[in-house]
Amino acid sequence: MKAKPQNPPLTGAEVVDEYFVENRTRLLEIAAFLDRVDRIDASAGARDFRMQVFAEAIAALAGSDRLLRIQALLSDPTVEPLDRLDRKSAIGAFDRGSHAETRP
Amino acid sequence: MKYIDHHAHMVSRTTDDYQQLALTGCVAVTEPAFWAGWDRSCGDSVEDYFRQLTEFEPKRAAMFGVQHYTWLAMNPKESDDRALSKDVLKRIPNFLGRPTVLGIGEIGMNRITRNEIATFTEQVELALEHDQLILIHTPHLEDKLKGTRISIDVLARYRNLKPERVMIDHAEEHTIEMIRDHGFWAGLTLYPQTKISPQRAADVIEKYGPDRICVAGACDWGPSDPIAVPRFALEMRRRRHGEPLIERVVFENPVRFLSQSPKFKVTLSAAEPARIG
Repeated sequence: MKAKPQNPPLTGAEVVDEYFVENRTRLLEIAAFLDRVDRIDASAGARDFRMQVFAEAIAALAGSDRLLRIQALLSDPTVEPLDRLDRKSAIGAFDRGSHAETRP
Repeated sequence: MKYIDHHAHMVSRTTDDYQQLALTGCVAVTEPAFWAGWDRSCGDSVEDYFRQLTEFEPKRAAMFGVQHYTWLAMNPKESDDRALSKDVLKRIPNFLGRPTVLGIGEIGMNRITRNEIATFTEQVELALEHDQLILIHTPHLEDKLKGTRISIDVLARYRNLKPERVMIDHAEEHTIEMIRDHGFWAGLTLYPQTKISPQRAADVIEKYGPDRICVAGACDWGPSDPIAVPRFALEMRRRRHGEPLIERVVFENPVRFLSQSPKFKVTLSAAEPARIG
């Protein structure tokens, strides 16, 4: 029989109690990362496509369906394979300025 | 708690890690063939690796009562090299009869090149020709969505392919629905950085339900955790989920998927797993 999705048997307040501090830590880590970039080279954030996507992702935190929206922002939306291997590894975000064709 | 880690690159790990797996309740691991972190120079080198996977690792695991199974393949990171891939694919059938080989894997794409798709397609056909289970690697980070879509497009070409005999691994929130909607199993690999965390994996189980989902540590030579599966179980307990749901995900689901190979000897009912070899 197909199992149904099920939320944990926690109240909303219990979820906040349980997870607030560790996510407060993550929030401060992101703030510290952005301050670090600014401190060392404030223009890097504007030049680097990854940092531009990062800023869009932070803005997406204010809406709903945050995780899926951020995954979409970071993903390669194109549909055509590469003609040849360009590098060995992914780098974390897609450079939308370098491609045009996407899946509808 | 008993569990199975369906994706563990134990050739990269120490014997202490086998001990940790055993101490935390792991009864079996399955090890997909993968990239060593550097490109191999020839098919002979890959064949030696297949011997390591099928001869040495089962013995090392058995020292701690852990069953070791393997998957053989040309790994995605080197699959753009068509000459090497063709050489390796010719050698794989010589190993498929070995008692711990469960199927073809991990196959798939890395940067999603035309060459990688050609090699992937040939490996799917090899699996079908030899009636093997298939374990599919989906690409990392920004390449995952596109790679998962194209992998499914390739698989859909084969009318004789049974989706329940295929696990698409390294699934995340943005790929899990398309994987399960096509009838495949989905693997969640728990990583400190580049894939999915135990917390997000627990979210996935809560949001989508546990059907056809397995979790694994996918420990390898990079930052990774050989006991990531018990950490997932701990996260589920932290949220007060019951033991039956946890056991479903970490033990029963992998048994159901892997038992489609007659070589896999762990059963749902057995108090102790059967010895192999």
